[in-house]
Amino acid sequence: MDVVISQTFTGASYGATLLLVALGLTLTFGQMGVINMAHGEFLMAGAYSAYMTQQLITNADISIIFALPFAFIVAGLLGLLLEVLVISRMYHRTLDTLLVTFGVSLVLQQAAKDIFGAQAKAVKAPSWLHGQIPIFGYRYPLTQLFILVLSIACVIGLTSLLKYTGFGRQIRATVQNRDLAETVGVSTRSIDRLTFFIGSGLAGVAGVAVTLITATESTMGQEYIIWAFLVVVAGGIGQIKGAVIAAFALGITRAFLTYWTDGSMAVVLTFLLVVVFLQVRPQGLFATRTRSLA
Amino acid sequence: MVKSRARLIAGTAAALSAALVMTGCGSKSSDGDTAAGSSGSSCVDTSGDTVKLGFLNSMSGAMSISEKTVSDSLNLAAEQINDAGGILGKKIEPIQEDGASEPTVFAEKAEKLIQSDCVAAVFGGWTSSSRVAMRPVFKSLNNILFYPVQYEGLEADHNIFYTGATTNQQIIPALDFLRTEKKIKSIFLAGSDYVFPRTANKIIKQYCEEYGIKVVGEEYQPLDQGAWGTAVDKIVSTKPDVVFNTINGDSNVAFLQAYDDKGLNSSNAPIVSVSIAEEEAAAIPVDLTGQMTSWNYYQTVESPENAAFVKAFKAKFGEKRVTSDPMEAAYTSMFLYKAMVEKAGSFDTEKVIGAADGITYAAPEGKVTVNGENHHIAKTNLIGQVQPDKLIKTIFSSDGPIEPDPFLKTYSWWDPSKE
Repeated sequence: MDVVISQTFTGASYGATLLLVALGLTLTFGQMGVINMAHGEFLMAGAYSAYMTQQLITNADISIIFALPFAFIVAGLLGLLLEVLVISRMYHRTLDTLLVTFGVSLVLQQAAKDIFGAQAKAVKAPSWLHGQIPIFGYRYPLTQLFILVLSIACVIGLTSLLKYTGFGRQIRATVQNRDLAETVGVSTRSIDRLTFFIGSGLAGVAGVAVTLITATESTMGQEYIIWAFLVVVAGGIGQIKGAVIAAFALGITRAFLTYWTDGSMAVVLTFLLVVVFLQVRPQGLFATRTRSLA
Repeated sequence: MVKSRARLIAGTAAALSAALVMTGCGSKSSDGDTAAGSSGSSCVDTSGDTVKLGFLNSMSGAMSISEKTVSDSLNLAAEQINDAGGILGKKIEPIQEDGASEPTVFAEKAEKLIQSDCVAAVFGGWTSSSRVAMRPVFKSLNNILFYPVQYEGLEADHNIFYTGATTNQQIIPALDFLRTEKKIKSIFLAGSDYVFPRTANKIIKQYCEEYGIKVVGEEYQPLDQGAWGTAVDKIVSTKPDVVFNTINGDSNVAFLQAYDDKGLNSSNAPIVSVSIAEEEAAAIPVDLTGQMTSWNYYQTVESPENAAFVKAFKAKFGEKRVTSDPMEAAYTSMFLYKAMVEKAGSFDTEKVIGAADGITYAAPEGKVTVNGENHHIAKTNLIGQVQPDKLIKTIFSSDGPIEPDPFLKTYSWWDPSKE
């Protein structure tokens, strides 16, 4: 029973981190169909933003508050730049986008190495995240709780944005039927740019969260990018609720498999389960209904 | 991540590339073998007043952060030797090549250094995969490699000198310390998933069986993954007397963050690490005070030799730089080479190797002695403890230099065939 509780919580922590990374992808990959291999490097940019914020505001207790919006803007602007300079020229050329963004990810990694050095940077966690709270007899780390709360807040924020704001309606209209959206006066190009800005910015927010649990260095995004794509694909492309369920399912599965086997085997088995799942249900948990795909 | 990437060796990719190199060189080894030993085949030219030596370190790629520091200390050693008159009166002319963090490139560049540049010996390599890739080149072209990084042992090559620690100078002394000084009864093993941690843990498990120490857990994560939460949960529930950490690279940061997150520290769950040195410790954003390490050198070692080494290094490369175990081992290797050549009275490969046995040097880490049989060096083990300022202080040292035993022949409990 202890094991069930502890691994459910540990797995939920993995899941919350994955969700945070994957959330931006549900926009750029899910909604716009761009396979952006540099998404992990936007996360890295967010993490380095947290580091830079901490150089300016040395009090770790408050620097994280400033780091979150700053990282959102830095990663968002990088995304915007990528969209305008590169991706906008290759919509509907999925394979080319994949290769080009992969190249961009390598360039960004090397740039980070040149700017910050290859040695990992230490980003201090705020003291108010130091400690654990007991839940069902399990001492749940506050950092994990923070990541969980942050990811849920981002999900709620993004869902409300898409559902209730005019901008959100324009995004959905562009995805569902680009031509019709244009006919009714939606500037689909600027919608594309804004969507990419927000999706990339969310990777930056994930980057700040990830500094609490892993090393801040140039290749850190690589650990998460494949998992994040798995979450989006398994959840059903472009489906936020699908991503939420898929992220937690993957995280908790990984935790239990790690407990029963070992870390390496757990990764293999989790990937295998996703492959089997996609054989049975290629469209993922939830399917997107759009006219433009017909 | 100086040490850490050290053995970023790994796994399959490395083995694969190593295998490729070996087959690649296999075809050449026939003419190399006939040439071996016959001085006529070597193009080393020492008729002038210089001798060329090759420095082969990754100056680019993932390993460059670590290997550049080794190149720096090699250059310092060469400069000091030249200032003192050189080797056999000949000034060292270093030729730097870039291994580019790729085992295959290491093999190619080693061949280039030996055949085109006609160097008398080569200093460098870091990952085990780079060493394994270069091994057949040095054998077939009959040249000498000085390899400066501690590694998983179980190797002794005629053409390689290993100036870093083998397992009986790092892993086993740490276990002896834990058993006799800390009186541990249980141990938890956490490591990255590749050859070094797997080999180290195999040795640790046989040691523990011999001495009645209970191994309460053994956990691995792939090198590029940091999902240590579950493993740390197991540490919390099994309450081991000590955690033996063979994790490498940035995964260490994730491990120690998860450790700290779940309320573990040096007083309730002490760790002994074999891959965390001064630079890694500084990059880990949690309090490591009191956690232990096992190495053969720390910047804080108190000896006139080390004071001079640290001072000269900082004077040449900057006050902020730190000195580490592999840097010191590389620095020492050049002085050992000098002594071997002078004893042999020649730069000829076979004569130098023949003169190696018993060569000693008062290194920054303490006195070291070359073992002519297995080509490792006797060195003192130092158990260190991380200080609040993230420097590491020696808290226990082995009883003088430990004779290298790469195949653990003197340990009756060791059975390499047993899983």
